[in-house]
Amino acid sequence: MSFPWARQYEPKNAVTKFLDEKLPLPRLVYNAVGAGYPVPRNLSYFWNFGVLAGFFLVVQIVTGVVLAMHYAANAQVAFATTEHIMRDVNWGWLMRYAHANGASFFFIVVYLHIFRGLFYSSYKAPREMIWLLGVVIFLLMMATAFMGYVLPWGQMSFWGAKVITGLFGAIPLVGEPIQIWLLGGFAPDNAALNRFFSLHFLLPFVIAGVVILHIWALHIPGSSNPTGVEVKSESDTVPFHPYYTAKDGFGLGIALLAYFALVFFLPNALGHPDNYIEANPLSTPAHIVPEWYFWPFYAILRAFTVDFILPAKLWGVIAMFASILLWFFLPWLDKSPVRSGHYRPLFRKFFWFGLIPAMIVLFICGGAPAEEPYVMLSQIATAYYFIHFLVILPIISSVEKPEELPYSITEAVLGSDKKMVKGENAEPAV
Amino acid sequence: MADTTATANPEDGVRRRDFLDIAAVSAAGIGGLAVVYPLVTQMAPSKDVLAASSTEVDVSGIEPGQAIKAVFRKQPLFVKRLTPEEIAAAQRDDNAGLRDPQTLAERTKEGHGDILVTMGVCTHLGCVPLGAAEGEVKGEYGGYFCPCHGSHYDTAGRIRKGPAPTNLEVPEYEFTSETVIQVG
Amino acid sequence: MLKLLSVRLVAILVGLGFALVALYAFVIGAYNAATEEPAGHLPYEKPMDLSWSFDGPFGKWDQTQLQRGLKVYDEVCSACHSLKFVAFRDLEQLGYSEAQVKAYAAAKQVPGIDPNTGEATMRAGLPTDYFPSPYPNNVAAAAANNNAIPPDLSLMTKARGDGTNYVASLLMGYGPPSEELLAEHPEAAPGPGLHHNPYFPNLNLAMAAPLTTAGQVTYDDGTEATIEQMSKDVAAFLTWTAEPTLVKRKQTGWPVLIFLLFATVLAYMSKRQIWAAVKPKK
Repeated sequence: MSFPWARQYEPKNAVTKFLDEKLPLPRLVYNAVGAGYPVPRNLSYFWNFGVLAGFFLVVQIVTGVVLAMHYAANAQVAFATTEHIMRDVNWGWLMRYAHANGASFFFIVVYLHIFRGLFYSSYKAPREMIWLLGVVIFLLMMATAFMGYVLPWGQMSFWGAKVITGLFGAIPLVGEPIQIWLLGGFAPDNAALNRFFSLHFLLPFVIAGVVILHIWALHIPGSSNPTGVEVKSESDTVPFHPYYTAKDGFGLGIALLAYFALVFFLPNALGHPDNYIEANPLSTPAHIVPEWYFWPFYAILRAFTVDFILPAKLWGVIAMFASILLWFFLPWLDKSPVRSGHYRPLFRKFFWFGLIPAMIVLFICGGAPAEEPYVMLSQIATAYYFIHFLVILPIISSVEKPEELPYSITEAVLGSDKKMVKGENAEPAV
Repeated sequence: MADTTATANPEDGVRRRDFLDIAAVSAAGIGGLAVVYPLVTQMAPSKDVLAASSTEVDVSGIEPGQAIKAVFRKQPLFVKRLTPEEIAAAQRDDNAGLRDPQTLAERTKEGHGDILVTMGVCTHLGCVPLGAAEGEVKGEYGGYFCPCHGSHYDTAGRIRKGPAPTNLEVPEYEFTSETVIQVG
Repeated sequence: MLKLLSVRLVAILVGLGFALVALYAFVIGAYNAATEEPAGHLPYEKPMDLSWSFDGPFGKWDQTQLQRGLKVYDEVCSACHSLKFVAFRDLEQLGYSEAQVKAYAAAKQVPGIDPNTGEATMRAGLPTDYFPSPYPNNVAAAAANNNAIPPDLSLMTKARGDGTNYVASLLMGYGPPSEELLAEHPEAAPGPGLHHNPYFPNLNLAMAAPLTTAGQVTYDDGTEATIEQMSKDVAAFLTWTAEPTLVKRKQTGWPVLIFLLFATVLAYMSKRQIWAAVKPKK
């Protein structure tokens, strides 16, 4: 669907006419990210991160395919082939640093994208499906990133694989057989390394598929916007191209500057030195930490230190998975009719002074060694995390009195000069 | 305020697509092309492959009429000591209207006219010809015979019959002593 | 409606459940922290902040320093530590000629196979060979070193935080523990076969001080071989072995960033111009 005023694709020459008849790919692109897609005119730079996430997915796939041409997934040589890439392969060091830091940037832009969705309640009707698919993408990303980190076969690779598969060992009765099955052995070795490589290669293409569904679902209701007021008339929108292609182009430039500054000048800043030590099954590193993008969830995992009906280990595993899976229910937990956090005084306070500090604490504690005060801090932050999403959000949506919304997007942009806004086209779009 | 409506029509867009936009799009294009360079060159041989060691072969143990297979750049290398009859046969055909004219003297080192060093790679499509090991078919010209598509090489490793376009390649090599050659 | 209400009710209960268990763990943890003596860490020092020619975005190798470092590795470290990811051919990057590298390699014995008998043997190295390990395998390395296997040094400066400074500091840092340290942490006294070093995370390591006297290595370029000089030189050399592409990386980075800056400014101006049509006038 699209808005009635969306521009129509018109093939101009014989070739595009032929294509449009036989395989209307240009029309698809025109309607998806071209002039045929009307977008709210008031999107802030927080709406850049979806396109950036797509861009970094492509970066990861391209550099990953290149690295796979030189890498060998065998415990005997995996570490050595990684060094072979760094030392002997033409531009191999660039490919590997671009891939390792590309993963970090993929997560940075996706976290900002999720943050945007949480603050502006982009998950609310009619956009529930976009949100659900987004959570699926995030889960796939986490699995892909985890398995990719195992491939260089350094100390953190090995012990990360051991610890994370050990999570499944927490499941009562069947846990240990499941862990052994996942690893294809009693500890990570060739069997695990090979299957992780295979899946690490496969999953990005699954992600790309879900991304297409995500974008498809987006084009049913159209993009959200910072006011949370739905598009009412043509004056509320601009065509995606050239307006948002230009804006995304500028955003991409900024993102690439930061990305390449890291790749070329601080390529190991986000990594862990221990992963430059070859995997040694007989010696555990002093502090096992995952990559930074897993820290908040790792902190939740470690926050449960006491047996309470269930063993502490099982609590940690359940809570870690629950902390992400609960996002699936957000559209039905937060029933406030107002979307944007800008017009929700109570929501806004809990968001900035509750959720964001809790996430920062969880992030810091996840990267810190498992000792006080980090464990106690992470326990408080974990408690708040669950209360925020599962208790506060459902309750404030019924008790909060939202601030007055602008009549329309146009009014929000131009001020309350309603003379031109209240045209004949002012019927609500939903 | 009328000029601030969001409905910019296509003509406006086209007119404004002036120098700035062209420059911005060109910059993106240049950036994209620059990225292609490392992505393409990464597939070229890596440093360790390029540095792949030269091969040393001791030829003292090779009896006349015998050949040994060595490895040079991951490919077979034939080192053969020719019998006087083979040398005579090769010299007889030096001017026999060859497809790839070369004399035996040009294909061996001075003072070591009986040592024939060639790549064991058929110049047609890269199979390994027969004739180096004992008991293998040597083809109609008594040298090497490639079973893949039937190329016959003579005792000097020159192509005489079949689809191969050129003689078996003689790699760069030198005698580092009376009995040892270094290839590459 | 009833269904939605029940979704939110269940959520509130689940949320409270997780929160209560986390808070329960917090209370127990707080009680333990208040009643138990915290397990203290031995106080080790952060590496010294030394200056290096390859520091910073414009850093370059000091080839003469790398050559001196190679000599220190060669004459001291290589007795116990391998350098398995570095090939002799790589030494050309230190400014040696092809012939010099060939001669250097030929002076090293690397494992080989006797071409006539197939027996394992040692042969002279070729430029394509990698630095040989001083021990045939880990078991031999452990047996010869009181069960502490000397680690491979190829990636050492990347495998430790602030690695270059760490290696240099560690080499310079040997000495007996101070009286105050022993008074406060009696457990910091070096055990049998261990050696005190304030830069090592648990203060005692199996490696004895490798650089003990000035002039232990005679530098070809006449530089005075103090312990500090040798430590820095070998740390610089090991930075190169850990990342031979370091300088090339930084040098490639500049044109890329400058181009991107230019392209981003263009993109910004182009974006502004496109949006000028629909932006409200202030």
